Parts: sequence; C-alpha cells; structure tokens
Amino acid sequence: MTRQMTGAKMVVQALKDQGVNVVFGYPGGAVLPIYDEIFQQNDIRHILVRHEQGAVHAAEGYARSTGKPGVVLVTSGPGATNAVTGLTDALMDSIPLVVFTGQVPTFMIGTDGFQEADTVGITRPCTKHNWLVRDTNELSDKIHQAFHVATSGRPGPVLIDIPKDVQFANGAYTPPAKANTGHYAPRLKGDKARITELADLIENAKRPIFYTGGGVINSGPAASQLLRELVDATGFPITSTLMGLGAYPASGKNWLGMLGMHGLYEANMAMHDCDLMIAIGARFDDRITGRVDDFSPDSTKAQIDIDASSINKVIHVDLPILGDVGHVLEDLLKIWKSRGRKVKKDALEKWWGQIDDWKARKCLTYVNSEKTIKPQYALQRLEALTRDRDRYITTEVGQHQMWAAQFLGFEAPNRFMTSGGLGTMGYGFPASIGVQVAHPEALVINVAGEASWLMNMQELGTAAQFRLPVKQFILNNERLGMVRQWQELLHGERYSHSWSEALPDFVKLAEAFGAKGIQCRDPAGLDDAIIEMLEHDGPVIFDCLVEKHENCFPMIPAGAPHNEMLMGEADTQDVIGAKGAVLV
Amino acid sequence: MSALHIKKGTSKHSAYDLKNPNADVIETHTLAVVVDNEAGVLARVIGLFSGRGYNIESLTVAEVDQKGHLSRITIVTTGTPQVIEQIKAQLGRIIPVHEVHDLTVEGASVERELALFKVSGTGDKRVEALRLADIFRANVVDSTLESFVFEITGTPEKIQAFAELMRPLGLVEVARTGVAALSRGA
Repeated sequence: MTRQMTGAKMVVQALKDQGVNVVFGYPGGAVLPIYDEIFQQNDIRHILVRHEQGAVHAAEGYARSTGKPGVVLVTSGPGATNAVTGLTDALMDSIPLVVFTGQVPTFMIGTDGFQEADTVGITRPCTKHNWLVRDTNELSDKIHQAFHVATSGRPGPVLIDIPKDVQFANGAYTPPAKANTGHYAPRLKGDKARITELADLIENAKRPIFYTGGGVINSGPAASQLLRELVDATGFPITSTLMGLGAYPASGKNWLGMLGMHGLYEANMAMHDCDLMIAIGARFDDRITGRVDDFSPDSTKAQIDIDASSINKVIHVDLPILGDVGHVLEDLLKIWKSRGRKVKKDALEKWWGQIDDWKARKCLTYVNSEKTIKPQYALQRLEALTRDRDRYITTEVGQHQMWAAQFLGFEAPNRFMTSGGLGTMGYGFPASIGVQVAHPEALVINVAGEASWLMNMQELGTAAQFRLPVKQFILNNERLGMVRQWQELLHGERYSHSWSEALPDFVKLAEAFGAKGIQCRDPAGLDDAIIEMLEHDGPVIFDCLVEKHENCFPMIPAGAPHNEMLMGEADTQDVIGAKGAVLV
Repeated sequence: MSALHIKKGTSKHSAYDLKNPNADVIETHTLAVVVDNEAGVLARVIGLFSGRGYNIESLTVAEVDQKGHLSRITIVTTGTPQVIEQIKAQLGRIIPVHEVHDLTVEGASVERELALFKVSGTGDKRVEALRLADIFRANVVDSTLESFVFEITGTPEKIQAFAELMRPLGLVEVARTGVAALSRGA
C-alpha cells in the first residue's frame, strides 16, 4: 500500500531515502512548504547560504570531495536564475547535483506571476536534464529519476521545478526501489575487441603517454587505483588535465605534471612528440590542445570515455573506447597481464631520456625576491607546511589557480576542487564551504585571488554561522592577474579595468564577520603567518600581499601548438599573432 | 589542411567510421530520433541545434506510439562528416532520446513530404497549372474561379521542382510539412 503525503514531505522523504544528509539552500515564497518540512526533522542538515550561486558552488564542492551528489534547494524566479552560473559550471565539469527550485502554483504559470521565471526553459541548456513536476503523484518518481540521471554515465547537474500547489497537495509516495528511472542507462563495459587492440598499441608503443582527466575521478576511487596500477605496470609517463589532478599521485615517479596552456614543459612536449596517446576520461579541451592542427601530429590516439560526444569532437581519435574508465581499465589490465605484460623496454628508456632532458629545463623556475612575496613562493610554502595534513584545496579562477595546479601536489583524487570548464570566478570560496561541511575535521584551503574572492564574499556569513574553519588563502596582487597578463601580451600593455581599486581591509572584513584576519607582506614572516592561519580553529582570511606584476609561466600562447611554449618574460615579445588574438 | 596526419587504416575501427575528418564537404543527412513524448522534448532538440550552431533544413515531429508515449522527430541537417557525427552523439546524450538513426547511411530509405500550393490565375496559365499538377500527381483540394490549392506528396526534390514550375503560373503561397522518412525493408 502506498504512503500518502504532501509534495513537500515527499521531497524530504525522497532525500532521506536517497541517503542525502546535507542540503545547501536559501528559502523563499515558493519553497516555504518544503522549508516547513525541513524544520520538522533532524536527519537532513540545511546549510543556509547567503546567495543562491553560493549554494550551488558549495554543493559542487561537497559533491567533488565526496563523490556523492550535491543537493540544492532554492526558491522560484531570482532563486532559480541565481543558480544558473553554478548549474553551468557543474555541467561543464561533470559534477552530479540535484537542484530543487520552487515555482509559482501551476494555475499561475505563464501569467508573469510574482517571482515567476521559466526555470526549466532557462536551465534546459545548463542542466543534464530537468523536470517541471505538475502532479504530486509523479513527484517522488521524478526525484529518484533525477538522482539516477545526475549520477549515471557522465555525471551532471539536474533540476526539479516544483510548483507551490504541488508541494501542498497530497499524493502517493514511491520509494526508490519501486521508482521508474526511465530508459537512461549508459553502457559501462567497453568493447572487448577494442580494449584488446589498445593492449596491442601499448605493447608496441615507443613514445607513449597517458593523458588523463576528470573522468578518472568521476569514475570513482577504484578507477584511480587501477590507473596507478596500469602506470606502474607499464612504466609509461602520465600527465593530467586540471580536472584530473590527484588521480595519479604528484609524488609518483611517472608523473609529468599538468599539461595544457599553463602546464609543464615536459608534459606538453611529451604530448606533442608521443607516438601513442591514451586519453582517459579527458575531452581534448582547447586549454589542452592549443592549436588543433598541430596537436600531437605523429601519434596514434586512443580514448576511453563514457560520453560518445566527447570522442572525435575536436581531435580525431583512432581507437575510441566507449565505457566507464574504471570498467575499461580493469579489462585492459586483465588482457595486458594475460598477454605477458609486454612493453618496448629499450624504446621506453630512450623516451624517458628525452623526457628527462625536457624536465631539466625546470620550467617552473621563477625569480624569487626577499622584498616581496612571489605568489609561487607563497604556494610553495603553503605546500610545504600542509603537505602532510588531511588537506582539501579549492581555488578561484585566474593566475592563482594555475599556480596552485603547478605548485601544490595532489596525492589522491577528490582533493582538488576548481572550476575548469566554465572558469567561474567566485567558485572557490563557496566550494570550500561545501567541502568543509562534508569533511568537518579536514583542513580546507581556498587558494584565491582578491578579485575572484570578492565575487562571493557574502559567504563569509555562512562560514561564520556554521563555524566552518575554511582558510581563505588570498594571493592579493590588487590586479585581475590573468586579465592583466593577457593585456600585457596582447593589448599593448593597456591595462583596461584590470586592477582592484577600493579593496577592503581584509583583516577588518574578517573581523566584521567574527572570523580571523591575517595580513602578510614580508617573505620572511610568511611561514609564521601560514602557521598562525593553520592553527586557528575557525574561518580565516589570509591576505597575502604578493608581487603585483608576476606573470604565469610556462604558457602556450593562444593559437600556438604544444611545442611553442613561452618559458618566461624573455619569450613574450610579439608572440601572439592576429589569429591568436581572437582566441580566449 | 591535413595537419591531423591521420595514418591510413588507423581509423578502420572507429565507432563513427569517419571518412575524412578534415573534409570540408557539406553533406545532407536525414536523422530519425525516437523520443519520449514529454513536455519540452522538442525544445531540447531544437535548443541543441541552435546552441551548438548546427543547421536544420527540415524538422517534423509527431507522436507515433501512443501507448509508449513515443514521438518520432525527423530532422534533415547539413554539415561536414565530423559535425554530423557530433550531432548524432549530442542527440544521443539527451535523456528522453531513445534512438538516433542516420537514415542517410543506414541503408536505403524512403523520404516523403507533403505540401500545399496556392496558385492563382486565369486563362492559359490556369489550364497549364492544372495540366502540370496532373503530371506531378498533385490533387486539387480547393478551387475558386481564380485559384487552386494543390496537394502534393513526394521527395523534397519533387516538391521543389513543382514549386519552380508553379512560380511563373501564379504561385502565391506554399505550406510544406517537412520530411518524414523510414528505412526500406523489414
């Protein structure tokens, strides 16, 4: 016999049945019945954010650091439209989210009612799927389906729009086991013949490279484990996108570092010169490929991906394997082992010799200073002082993000949360809140720039209210550093609106919210200041005043291939042609 | 522009069997997409085409399975082989999409379109219009002393040819349904 309950109660019941224990949200008129139900229970914790965008990014941080879907509850109209940036961010980075929005009652839809917006219309292109539920009897079914869609295949954000009358009305509740989750069931196993062919390619490769991405992390911890096993067993070098950092440990002996626009010289050169590229859960993003015409011209390319549309989208792939990374790697390892674990040892040795020559360029070298803190130095010290801690890192977007990827080492998956595809300034602070909620005892640091951080600074209220000891490590150069860098390289050093005027006193700002503020401008005092930050049990804003005009290197200039990297200031004269200038 | 340097034969097992990813040849393909007949599903398909900059030459949609709540969308689109493959993959990602068939490559298929033509005129032109309509097996579905409405069914090419003939004979209005297509055989 089915249980009857109101739509609002159903939302809470379905969340419980889906194992959800945290919701990030902000109340409003069209979700009041659901908030009333949340008030009357203790199983699900509600984190009240200060802006709906913050709720979605916090849920992203929660999802990425746990592997579980993040849940958001916001009201209709502005509540829903404020969530759009977060939804788009989650779609680009394949983060599983289930977002609930209130809607005006069904009989008012289309009348331009108060706080009415066409939420399913607006969010159709920025969700994996969305639903407007008009009948309470269908609500629980749709919620269970939403969790299924968000977490199956290539994960992504989904949205359920619930009119207020549907929340009030009674209907039959369907438990998850009886729910109709539809026909959506992406194939997990890869084609055996193709996987065998990949084993052939591995046996015969002379200059191979693993190019891994966020798909490895999304596939779950087992996939990262299998990847490590495969890398160790073959002895092949491995590089990763920004999204995939941590799947293979930074301390691993085959690690080349991140690749791409601000990736390491050895990683990009190896990508360019390889004869076998094995792309695993990576989608040949334009930050990775540089000029596609000259992308790794002499390699055979194999790609493992669960999303058919990621294959042959920008780069032609010779051996595509459609399937879940974990499942395919398991089969690949089995086949490769059963055939005697063969690789071309001599050729590989030569290849590693070449890679060591590239490594010898020491592409991350920078000129340090005793007078001002260099951002790279700040991150090196942060790394040294936190490396052994149970540590999670989030970032905002810009130079500091790339330096964090270059100078911090990630030993495990789900430890680095950053906005990769969409490049959302304002992501890192709320994301750090979501991570801290999921891991209350862990050290959570948001590496930020002052401009990005200000975009969602209102979440300081959230951190203070819930006593979340997030550390905001702000590399403050009083500039939009990456914009400034591009203006220097591309726009004749005309720094149009790329400096931060009227910055707040970050120490006082922290104190105004009951948090701790620390300012540091002296390299000699940096370690003590960082330790002070780490030892404070509560949220900290660390205002690290750094060199204002530091550029982020190495860099593949827009419109250039992998083997034409800029290694430092001396390389920057007239490097970007008119064709490159139109690229972002 | 051959910069991808794809080795001959290395693509033979590609899931998408690309002929030549660098070809600038624009091909026309007819796709049949079976979808759940639910609110917004057409908007999802159209939004995909507009959002990613793909072309729609013709689009028809109607429920084909009432019990299963399934609709069939027939889309005629154009693009390079790589773009066509990408369109199919992107369509396949839409959650309510059950099947995507490329009728242009999956063996022989039949395509039909229905069109209504209003032709107004008197005297010789009117007689000529009627005579040509007979040749094209178009039916007269409305008539006044100065006008006909013809109903014609056929391939898009046949309908185009009929339109060209009617133009000098007083064509004033056309309504076309877009293409419906099925693969041949069982």
